Formats: sequence, C-alpha cells, structure tokens
Amino acid sequence: PPTDDEPASLPAEDISTNSNGPKQDSLFDDDPEDLFAEATEEVSLDSPERDVLLSDGPSPAITPITPPTSVLTPRIGLHDDMFTHSSFDEFYLLSLNFSLPQTSISLFKSHEFSVKRRFSDFLGLHSKLASKYLHIGYIVPPCAGKKHWMTKVKVGKEDQSSNEFVEKRRSALERYLMRTVKLPVLLKDPDVLQFLESSELPRAVSTQALSSAGLLRMVNKAAEAVNKMTIKMNESDAWFEEKQQHFENLDVQLRKLHASMESLVLHRKELSVNTAQFAKSAAMLGNSEDHTALSRALSQLAEVEEKIDQLHQDQANADFYLFSELLGDYVRLITAVKGVFDHRMKTWQKWQDTQMLLQKKREAEAKLQFNNKPDKLQQAKDEIKELEGKVEQGEREFEQISKTIRKEVSRFEKERVKDFKTIIIKYLESLVQTQQQLIKYWDAFLPEAKAIS
Amino acid sequence: MTDQQGYGTRPSAKMRSVSVDLNHDASLLIDIPDALCERDKVKFTVHTKTTLSSFQKPDFSVPRQHEDFIWLHDTLVETEDYAGLIIPPAPPKPDFESPREKMHKLGEGEATMTKEEYTKMKQELEAEYLAVFKKTVQVHEVFLQRLSSHPNLSKDRNFQIFLEYDQDLTVRRKNAKEMFGGFFKNMVKSADEVLISGIKEVDDFFEQEKTFLLDYYSKIKDSTAKAEKMTRSHKNIADDYIHISATLNSLSADDTTILFVSVQKVEGRVASDQELKLTELLRYYMRDIQAAKDLLYRRARALVDYENSNKALDKARLKSKDIPQAEEHQQQCLQKFDKLSESGKKELTSFKGRRVVAFRKNLIEMAELEIKHAKVSSTIQLTHFYTNEKWTL
Repeated sequence: PPTDDEPASLPAEDISTNSNGPKQDSLFDDDPEDLFAEATEEVSLDSPERDVLLSDGPSPAITPITPPTSVLTPRIGLHDDMFTHSSFDEFYLLSLNFSLPQTSISLFKSHEFSVKRRFSDFLGLHSKLASKYLHIGYIVPPCAGKKHWMTKVKVGKEDQSSNEFVEKRRSALERYLMRTVKLPVLLKDPDVLQFLESSELPRAVSTQALSSAGLLRMVNKAAEAVNKMTIKMNESDAWFEEKQQHFENLDVQLRKLHASMESLVLHRKELSVNTAQFAKSAAMLGNSEDHTALSRALSQLAEVEEKIDQLHQDQANADFYLFSELLGDYVRLITAVKGVFDHRMKTWQKWQDTQMLLQKKREAEAKLQFNNKPDKLQQAKDEIKELEGKVEQGEREFEQISKTIRKEVSRFEKERVKDFKTIIIKYLESLVQTQQQLIKYWDAFLPEAKAIS
Repeated sequence: MTDQQGYGTRPSAKMRSVSVDLNHDASLLIDIPDALCERDKVKFTVHTKTTLSSFQKPDFSVPRQHEDFIWLHDTLVETEDYAGLIIPPAPPKPDFESPREKMHKLGEGEATMTKEEYTKMKQELEAEYLAVFKKTVQVHEVFLQRLSSHPNLSKDRNFQIFLEYDQDLTVRRKNAKEMFGGFFKNMVKSADEVLISGIKEVDDFFEQEKTFLLDYYSKIKDSTAKAEKMTRSHKNIADDYIHISATLNSLSADDTTILFVSVQKVEGRVASDQELKLTELLRYYMRDIQAAKDLLYRRARALVDYENSNKALDKARLKSKDIPQAEEHQQQCLQKFDKLSESGKKELTSFKGRRVVAFRKNLIEMAELEIKHAKVSSTIQLTHFYTNEKWTL
C-alpha cells in the first residue's frame, strides 16, 4: 500500500504555464457576442432538488458567496412572466432588501422593493459599467453572456428548457449582481441605481453595440498596445510586476482546477449510472438465487446500492454547484483583472507618447526661435502649453489608475480568499455528510449479510 | 518510466480467498508465499506441507508459471474418471494490461503535470499494479487449494507432479498438448447449452439444477460486468482527486490539500476493496458456475451416448447381429451415466453450500470495509474543520 500521508506543507512548485485543457487558446473569440466566452463545457445535471421559484417572494440564497457586507443584498427570483418572451431573454424578478440600516448613503427610496428585469438588461448594465470603469482600473465583475450559455446548449451539455439550466443562469446572475454591488464605486453609479430601482428600464438596445463587442475591442486594443510598445516600460514599481505574475499563475491554476473539477463531476455521474445499473443487476441476481436468505441479502444489497446512487448524485450536485461554478466565475474575473493591468500599461503608454510629442514640439520651438518666425512661434508656444497640460493629466491618470488598481487588487484578493474558504468548507461538509450516510446504509445492510446461513 | 518492476511479495494473511474452508486439512497444505513479476511473466512459488507418504518430502517448494496451472487444469478436465466432478476453474492469466496502459498514458502526459501530481499518480499506479499482482497470486493459490481439499482430485497423479516435480514442467506440458490435441478442451469450453437444455430430463434434481444454473450464470455474468464498471468509476474519481489536490496545493499550502489527499486515498481504497470483495466474488463464482455447467454438459453427453447405445442395441436385435457387443456397450454407457449422475449430484449440492458460505463471508467483509472507510474519511474531515483557522489560498 502507498506510503503514509504527506507532511502538511509542501514547497510551492514552479507552475508550468502549459495548460491542461484543450480549449484555453482564445480568451477573445471572434464572435462579438460574448467577451468572456469560455469554451469549457459544463456537465448538465439531473437535479430535481433545485426547484424553480416562480413566486414573487425573495428566493433563498442558493449561491455560495458569503453575504456581502455592503448595504445591499440583492436576491433574484424567477418572474411569473418568465417564459413569455423569445428564448433567452426571460424575465427575472429582482428583489432587493437592505441587510444593514441606512447610514450615510440614502440612495434608495425604501428598504425593500422588487423590480422586473430581463436577461439582456443585465448584460446591458455590465457593458455600461465596463466601458465606464474598466479603463480606470476597477475590476468590474463580468457577466456570462448569451454565447456562454448557448454554447453549452449547442454542444448538448444543457437542455435549454430544463429547470436546471434556468437555475444555473439565475444563480449566475445573482452572483454577478452581488459582486457588482459590493464595489462601493459601482453602488454609487447612476446606471446601477437605475437598474436596481426603476420600474421600467429602457430596452437595452445598445447591448449589442456597447456590449461585449465594444469591450472586446477595448481590451484587445489594450493588449495590442502592450505588444506594440517600443519603449519598455520602466517598472519601478515591483508590486505591479509581482502581482501581474501572480494573476498569470492564478489564471493557469484556476483553469486547471476547473477542468479537474468538471472531470470529477463527470466521473461522479458515471459512478452514479454504473451504481444504478449494478443495483438492478444485483436485484435480478437476487431473484434468480434459490437460497432464500442469500436471495434476500442480494436484494438488500441492490437497495443499498440504489440509495448510494442517489448519494452520488447529490454529491455531484455539491461538486458542481458549489465548487465548479465558483471556479468558472473566478476564471472570468481574472480575465477582468488582467484587463485592468493592461489598461494601466496603455495609460502609461499614452502618457509617454504625449511626453514624447511635447519633447518634439519643444525642439521645434527652439528651431523656430532660432529662425525667428514670430507668428509660428506663438502657435508653437500655445501648442506646448496645451501639451504640458496633457502631460500632467497623463501622469495624473497613470497615478490614479495605479492607485485604484492597488486598492482593487487588495479588495479582490480578500474576497477571493473568503469565497474559496466558504466554498471549500461547504464542500467538505457535504463530503462528510455523504460519508455518514454511507455508514448508515452499510450498517443497515450488515445484519442482512450476517443472516445468511 | 518502466513497468519492469520486479515485484516480490508476501501476500498478507488478510488477503485470503473468496472461497472458504480451504487449506485446513493438515495432511496436505498448499500456499503461494512468494511470487515474482518480471515483465509479463509471473513466477509463483508453490509451497507444500504434507504428512502423506505419497510425497517424497514433508515440506518443499517449486517455482511455477501460469501455463503450468493451465496444463494441470486441462489434464484434470480431460481425465475420464473426473467427468462427474466439478473441476475448479482455471485461474485467469495475469493481466497487467490496464495499469500498464495507464502508466503509458501517464508517461505521455508528464509534461502537463506538476512534479508532485506526477509522483502521486505514479504511486497510485504502482499500487494498482500491486493489487493486480496480489489478486493473481490469490487466484492461483485458491485453485490449488480447491484441488487439495477435494477427496478425489487431491490424489491425482498429475497434481502431485505439479506440486513436487522440481524441474521445469515445460516439456511435460508440450507432451500433454500433443497427446490430447486440445480438442476436448474446445468441446468443454463451449459447453453446448442447446444440448443441455434439449435433453429430456427424468431426474427432478438435475432438471432444477439445469434451469437454475443456466439462468444464474447469465445473471451473475451481468452483475460481474456492472460491478467492474462501478469499480472503475471509483478509480477515476480517486484520480481526479489527485489532480485537484495537486492544483490546490500549488495554489496554497494549507490543510485543504491534506483533506483532499485523504479523500482521494479513501476513494482509492474503496475502489480496491470493492474490487476485491464484490467483483472478485462475482467473477469467481461466475467461473465456478461455468465449471458446474460443464459437468452438466458431460452428463448430458453421457445420456445422449446411452440413448444412442439403446438405439444401436435395438437395431442389433432387429438384425440379429452383434448383439453381445451392443449389449455390453449399452451397459457401459448406462454405468457411466449413472456414475456421473451420482457424483454430479453430490458435487452440485456441496457446491451450493460452498457458494452460500462464500457470499456470506465476502458480503460481510465488504460491508465492514465500507463502514471503516467512511468512518476514517469523515473523522479526518471533521478534525480538519475544527482545527482550520488560517487560510491563505
């Protein structure tokens, strides 16, 4: 048998940047529909436990994220009108309640209220926020778009009409909204307030234009800019370099973990199927058996295995919902983080470019002075003045985005640790429960086996 | 990455067989205390302790290969005198295909894993190799012990040669093959169910047995296959946990990974225990029932021969030619048939008893192991909950 348990702490390994999964190449798909189109496939679950909530009341939190310490606690339920519109733009009932008494922020008219929102409204909100805040350093939470979900249907992993599929989307949107309102700057944003409160939202027509396509181009341009940089940025601030590397590694590891998790879910489902089949086979064997006590024991065995099958299914649910969804969220979030770092580079580049331009203009001015061209000289002086202002602004912007990113990264990391901790605890709790159930079942079977004479 | 492991092992006493009530008669005790695995070949050390005077020494060992066991089995099957007995099924050939294939895949995928992950996977595979190895030793041992506990078969001359002959049996094996040409083996191998079921049975006992065995065989064959699939899924899950815990470990150095490691170990062990108890039990008795069916087949053939001899006798009487020979032939056939029926009845009855006892033992052991593992697993997990405060991730 293998050796004893390994010691508690193992040295950190050099993480290879090779990825496990086959579909990690293009973060940025050509399809403009969804910026964060992952090609990773999720496994569909037959999960009757997740009831679709069609009531008006607030739905219980099925999402794993710890309740935010912000003022607001959004809950999303499913609206009565849910399926009255064409596919994929169903209505959600967004109900909001305050978890803390109002303090300095008297943003809302009442403590509790609900509004009706469409799926595309969420996407519209996200694209607006991304275009306003990403480029100044805020890690705007991403929202999985239509392509993300439709891909799963296309590859046959999801049944579009199933309750489970609906529940996954509902849950994803709820997590998205929770993360969004946790950011103080976003909570103050008029678009967010309008989204949360107003009874009628203008139809997000510009979802298409402002959407992922626009975002995609924006992030792409930032990436291009980084690539085309002729002057290597002088990274006097080692913190940024270190953090960037950190997020690169995190990206690789989380994707790998996500892939392994999905493999686990798949195998658990297989185990469940195989256990059910074995149970049936054992029952038939029990029927065929002519020794009475043995026949009964075999039938009991079949029943135990059937129950265990159900356990496996529940465990698969736990694996997926708790862990895998979170991992998927974080893979997307880290894309946003990397985008923010790229924007900082771009900001720096812009500042440098302006500075170079100023330099050129000064040289030109010197030449004009030498050649004594008074009217052109004045123009040059004006341009220089303008450029000096721009340079100052560029520097300010760079400093500002750097400052914002530092704060954001710190916030992000704290939350990430908290989220993972909560999930892992819940996951392990479910594992323990499974084990204890198993003990009960086998304990009940044992006397039957002993009764064979 | 090599699979040329030289595995020497002493299978522990716990690894005892699927069968029960074997190897208790001190006059002839057999075991396989040692075995070596080189490449594909397994060399078993067959150890005999005996008080019987028919053997030259009271305590001795010989090296044997799998093919030697097959030779022994086949010669027993082809011995007319044993036609009325259930010949213990031949042990299956040692099959390292599955772990070897996985080793190969592991070697190919080495680049995509961390060193730690790779090491763990390799350890798992080595454990799997070892499990296959132990299983094959056990199965070969049980075969010999079945023979030694059988009143008739234990006295077989070839059995004694197998146990005692301290030279290579290869030459003998080749000679035997030439003598029999292996044709009867083929006949027995495909026990003709049509023949068995087509026979008009006068004896209630055999009628019942026939119905029961044919039906039970197909059911147990199905259960064996399904149990194997279940076990394989468990193994896959254990492997997934290896990857997951390795990745979690790269992300942080906290207790979560130990938890996952222990979950993985438990899953892995559940897989191998289930494999041993349930799957092996089913697989073994599937083969045993096949052997019982073979007995029915031989008896059916004898009945056919008897009926044919009757017809021949009638014909002879009609033609008034060769009557004495026909009468004698008919008598021989009848005697043979009666002998087979008598011995067959005894064999099948004791077989049933053996089977029930073995099922009982293994089902109990399996349930106890499942409980043990679940307890261990949940204890580890609970301990970690309450001691875990600082998480870094």
